[in-house]
Amino acid sequence: MKVAVLKGGRSFEREVSLRSGTNVEAALRRLGHEVLSLDVDRDLVRVLRADRPDAAFIAMHGQGGEDGTVQELLEILGIPYTGSGVSACERAWDKVVAKAVFTAGGIPTPASYAFSQAAFRELGAADALGEIESRLGLPLVVKPARGGSALGIRLAHEPGEVPAALMAALAYDDRLLMERYVAGRELSVSVVGDDNPEALPVVEAIPLGREFYDFESRYTPGATDLQAPADLPKDVTDAVIDVALGCYRELGCRGFARIDTILDGDGQAWVLELNTIPGLTDTSALPRAIEAAGMSFDDFIGQVLDLAHLGA
Amino acid sequence: MATDHARQTHSQVTPTDAERYDARFAARATAIRSSAMRDLMSLAERPDVISLAGGFPDTSSFPADVFEEVMQVVAHDHLTSALQYGPTEGLRELRERIVEIMLHERATATVDQIMITSGGQQGIDLTIRTFVDPGDVVIAEGPTYPGAVPCLTSYQAEVVHIPMDDDGLQVELLEPELDRLAALGKRVKLIYTIPNFQNPRGVTMSGERRERLVQIAHARELMILEDNPYGQIRFDGDPLPSLYELDEGRGWVVYVSTFSKILAPGMRVGWVAAPPPVLRKMNHGKQSEDLCSGTLSQRFVLEYLRRHDWRDHVARVNEIYRERRDAMLTALEEEFPTSATWTRPRGGLFVWATLPSFIDTQDLLAKSLDEQKVAFVPGAAAFLNGEGRNSMRLNYSAMPAAVISEGIARIGSVVRDQTDLFDGFGGGR
Repeated sequence: MKVAVLKGGRSFEREVSLRSGTNVEAALRRLGHEVLSLDVDRDLVRVLRADRPDAAFIAMHGQGGEDGTVQELLEILGIPYTGSGVSACERAWDKVVAKAVFTAGGIPTPASYAFSQAAFRELGAADALGEIESRLGLPLVVKPARGGSALGIRLAHEPGEVPAALMAALAYDDRLLMERYVAGRELSVSVVGDDNPEALPVVEAIPLGREFYDFESRYTPGATDLQAPADLPKDVTDAVIDVALGCYRELGCRGFARIDTILDGDGQAWVLELNTIPGLTDTSALPRAIEAAGMSFDDFIGQVLDLAHLGA
Repeated sequence: MATDHARQTHSQVTPTDAERYDARFAARATAIRSSAMRDLMSLAERPDVISLAGGFPDTSSFPADVFEEVMQVVAHDHLTSALQYGPTEGLRELRERIVEIMLHERATATVDQIMITSGGQQGIDLTIRTFVDPGDVVIAEGPTYPGAVPCLTSYQAEVVHIPMDDDGLQVELLEPELDRLAALGKRVKLIYTIPNFQNPRGVTMSGERRERLVQIAHARELMILEDNPYGQIRFDGDPLPSLYELDEGRGWVVYVSTFSKILAPGMRVGWVAAPPPVLRKMNHGKQSEDLCSGTLSQRFVLEYLRRHDWRDHVARVNEIYRERRDAMLTALEEEFPTSATWTRPRGGLFVWATLPSFIDTQDLLAKSLDEQKVAFVPGAAAFLNGEGRNSMRLNYSAMPAAVISEGIARIGSVVRDQTDLFDGFGGGR
């Protein structure tokens, strides 16, 4: 089969995507597929039309790849692609929308408020900061509404740190989210499948010497201890997986995805986000989950490719 | 778009295998961490981005006919030796000519104190390699040369930054810091400084501070690594005496320089001047790293120096850089808010700008790349301790004046936008 691997692009996560893409390509070649390696740019549609791959494996992270854009193009071109369809991508990509979907579906996600830049510039939203801080408590998490790899995410420990945290988040997106900080264990669940999705073993990320699982912890070999399966009582594992599968269903995901949660001291898992194109780099959580499931990386990639589809 | 149909021998190493290396990597390999900044910088290389991030000298001004002429001489008269290994310390006549070049920098050396290196970068690496054990303290300017950071990190130096002002390293802060470190039982091995047109700050160490620094090194028996790649890139004034000169042959200074700025960086020809016992150790280190620097490049540089006055080329590029610096300073004046400050270099390649403390220049870089397609080096890249977060390094050597003005205007618009936004937050209340 001739498979186009879409990677790179010009999102902030370009380099991460190139690393994911390289791993996907190697796996596809080992599986005997013909690989068309595409560092995505404005020639994408032209090249795909000319080369007519049988399917596209999307290994792009961030804007353009994870937000439904490239999926829409592949729909138009009639090339089946891996992972979720356009609308699931759009909804998962915007954390404000995704959290609303989770809440409507009864899935626990930390309380939050979302504001656009315009709210601060034109409506004096800053005057409400004191109220937001007292409702959400401190520290509070400030993050761009859309974005990945923890870029632009800050923890504000006191009111004086909030404005700089808002600035950081708004550097990456014109909308931000202020979210209640949940202290606890960082657990991720990867899910694979369409109609009967299955969860892979839960992975716990224990960043070494960092306050949270930030960019540096994510992509420096050895900087984070990834435990797979996470050391949890069975009932907690089941509950975390239940929450993850709920997210997957509520957003209407297909193919595969990774759900990031925080397990608080009371054993409650809070969903932070769902990634429609989980990282496949050497230091990413998903490859660890695959290993813990007793699968080979290549077989997993093959399985995701088999689920490639058209139509959201 | 690059497409790749090539059939290669398939790697059998999957991401799930990658973890097995973690326990095997040497500490010096794992010391260098991934960073969002480095990943963002790769976006700066895209052709539609105005990048004020690089440190590239202008190579378009090197005359093609001169290159051709010198290469013909190499081909006709020196081909066999130019294609052969050479002595580790480099071609002797080139070392002799370096002694003459150093006199223009007010640094007196003898040929037995000179070793050719593969760029000045290797001189820095070899010096740190020769002197620094893991945990040893290296004193560096704050900010320091971003390219020295991976070097210092991989040799696991503990870096202590000493602040700078418009007269360079604040030497008066050095002694109390050395006392503090001594009280902690720390071993200080090196003082790393770029006295002339420092990268990234663009400033020059005053004569008085130079003398004081060397006195301190003598009194405390500390080695100084004097990095001088920009000394000839001077728009006005005369050179101050080098630290190497002020050492008066007592052997507490290692001097590093390069042909990268006075000829071209693609040559990868630099040099160190060091006391012979130090040079012998560095020679062993160089044997391990690359046996010798490229003989073809060395021969090219030597034949160029035999036939042409290198100062003519330097004068040519300095004219270009002066105009570009002026364009940058004018644009900064027009485009940056009054709350920003910046240095006014009289040479070298860089301006260092500092913004209000609520702006993080790494986040600003993301926004600048995304919305304005313009890049710079975030200040944190020039520190090993997380400082510099509201500063940026701006290069003026690599782009024509009009592009520099446009680039600064674009950064200025993002900065103004962020400043307005912050005001909307009640300015920290």
